[in-house]
Amino acid sequence: MALLKMKFSQQRRVRLAQGLWLLSWLAVMCGALIFCLGVYLKIELLRRDEVMENTEIHVVPNLLMMVGLASIGANWVASRVCQDSLDASRFPRWRILLLGWYAVAVLLCCLLLAVVVLSYALQGRLEESLKVGLRNGIRFYKDTDVPGRCFQKETIDRLQMEFRCCGNNNFKDWFEVQWVSNRYLDFTSQEVKDRIRSNVDGRYLLDGVPFSCCNPASPRPCLQNQLTDSRAHYNYEYQSEELNLYSRGCRQALTDYYMGLMNSTGPGVLSVILIQMAVVMRYLQTAVEGAMALESPEGESEGYILEKDVKATYADVKAKALDLLKFAQVDPASEAAGAEEGEKADKATEKVATTAA
Amino acid sequence: MAVLKVKFTKTRRDKLAQILWILNWISVVTGVILFSLGLFLKVELKKREELMAEKDIQYVPNMLIAVGLIACAINFLGGKICYDCVDSTKFLRWKLIMLPYIVCTFFFTLCVLVGALMCYSMHWELEEALDLGLMQAMRFYKDTDMPGRCFLKHTVDTLQIQFQCCGNSGYKDWFQIQWISNRYLDMSKKEVVDRLRSNVEGKYLMDGVPFSCCNINSPRPCIQQQITNNSAHFNYEHQTEDQNLWMKGCRQALLEYYTHIMQSIGLTVLITWLFELSVLTGVRYLQTSLENVLRQGDPDSESDGWLLENSLMETARIIKSLGKSNQINTANNGDPNIDVPSTSKAHYGPDNVPPKEKMETS
Repeated sequence: MALLKMKFSQQRRVRLAQGLWLLSWLAVMCGALIFCLGVYLKIELLRRDEVMENTEIHVVPNLLMMVGLASIGANWVASRVCQDSLDASRFPRWRILLLGWYAVAVLLCCLLLAVVVLSYALQGRLEESLKVGLRNGIRFYKDTDVPGRCFQKETIDRLQMEFRCCGNNNFKDWFEVQWVSNRYLDFTSQEVKDRIRSNVDGRYLLDGVPFSCCNPASPRPCLQNQLTDSRAHYNYEYQSEELNLYSRGCRQALTDYYMGLMNSTGPGVLSVILIQMAVVMRYLQTAVEGAMALESPEGESEGYILEKDVKATYADVKAKALDLLKFAQVDPASEAAGAEEGEKADKATEKVATTAA
Repeated sequence: MAVLKVKFTKTRRDKLAQILWILNWISVVTGVILFSLGLFLKVELKKREELMAEKDIQYVPNMLIAVGLIACAINFLGGKICYDCVDSTKFLRWKLIMLPYIVCTFFFTLCVLVGALMCYSMHWELEEALDLGLMQAMRFYKDTDMPGRCFLKHTVDTLQIQFQCCGNSGYKDWFQIQWISNRYLDMSKKEVVDRLRSNVEGKYLMDGVPFSCCNINSPRPCIQQQITNNSAHFNYEHQTEDQNLWMKGCRQALLEYYTHIMQSIGLTVLITWLFELSVLTGVRYLQTSLENVLRQGDPDSESDGWLLENSLMETARIIKSLGKSNQINTANNGDPNIDVPSTSKAHYGPDNVPPKEKMETS
């Protein structure tokens, strides 16, 4: 009792092959798109390498690229199989490969599922990595004369302007860090000396932010210094002012951006197409094999997913697996019996020889 | 004495027709490319419309769009004609249209050339438009509460950040205008009142620039206020400091950007013009060779193809005389029947023949 049996005439077989050929080329395109998505995501992650502390998140684009390439290859093979399926002389050589193809398709589907799961699971790690990276970036903002850190200022400024964000969680992060280098501080001035003395570590902290936090959409020219002092600026209220600087934190901005890139629907679409292809391919394979076994190859044949129903197939597979295992072992009982029989045969031939002689 | 005469066998004619068919379709594609280039330029100019004064520079992209569309139409027709020219019976259908078609296409290629030259000449008008437009935009930078001008601040800030420029010709342009609105000036403070009184027009001028002029590559935090005062900032020299703000003026930055686009588009249009001209030459040869075949009567024979039947001077004279024969001779008040010398071949004898003497009656 075959599973999901369907009858296929010659016409329907031809249609099936053509449809599968089109589907396989569609899957090749999808695979190429997934590969490009992986490349783009990797490039974007590498661009902001300096504000990320570790590279754990790179496993997502790496997987996407691998799956994309593998699916291009596998689906190209599928299209060749379709082209040869209606030619009885060329189809048998693909028969052996088809089992491997099913395995590859299932593996690709699992990998795509893993990518989707990973992109959600690694969000927390990405945020942690950004938190540490941005904190270092803000801390070393002033060190434009230290080799290895001299580009941090430019990186952070560009990042804040491009993603329209300020600081790690918000603009107040800049109040806790000395972002003006000592090279540009006049140590003879009383104001500077007071500020430096006023905190334990001897740092020049101020309630100001760099210019890259300024919001161009604000109706008034940007206020960067003495932000917490409502009296320092005319017609300014610190608590209610929200257009002056960017209110979003850069960690949040970057996380949202990368999550948006990773949560695209590409992997889902490709896995659906692969599953459909596997089913149709199975029907095509069984229908064509059935047709080749008939006397008249143009006649009707049956196509199915499994030759027997699920239970029987499972029992078959189990028996085959056990057989394979048994073949590897040497059975002592049957060996002894075989030796006995061999001896009996020898004795019988001896007897015959002696009587003859 | 024909101009550039070439002999064409039947196979050569057929090959020419086929090649011209393919080339015409390629020309349709180039027409589409011209159209899209014109559209791209139009969009780019519209994006920065607020920064350009009311000069009429939209004629360049409009011309490109029109030329692109007409090129598509003309080459589509040309493709059809060349496709039919392989068969000399089908050619009869197009025979009368072909010469006007060739003349029209010739004038059209002139339009394409004019379009290419316009791309290069737009430079000066654009510079003027940008100069005036940027000056206006900077003047209204502070008017974020006036409808119609409230987005100029955002536009100028994003322009200066994106193109890495400051002011019209340089950052000093900001010293000459009031870019802080009176809404944010504390009129009760003495310092503000002094500044307002210190110039004739009562404007609050300062030697400071907006934040968007700040240079990202500077090693020190941006200095925006009291730029010309060396003693206001530690370890700062105004004359030698060139990394603090963007040094380029926005007019120059925008001009370079648009000139780059225009030069690429101009080059593409020139290449398209050369291509169209060569296709036109091929179509002319095809037309003349097919007409000669028809004149000779045998469709499989060799024929000559040329660009012009007579030399250039003769052709000019013929065109002139064509023009003259259309004119009416005004010496006789427009009446063509007076004083026209008889030129007919039949000679009926002299005019002053006395009448025959009447026969004597009885």
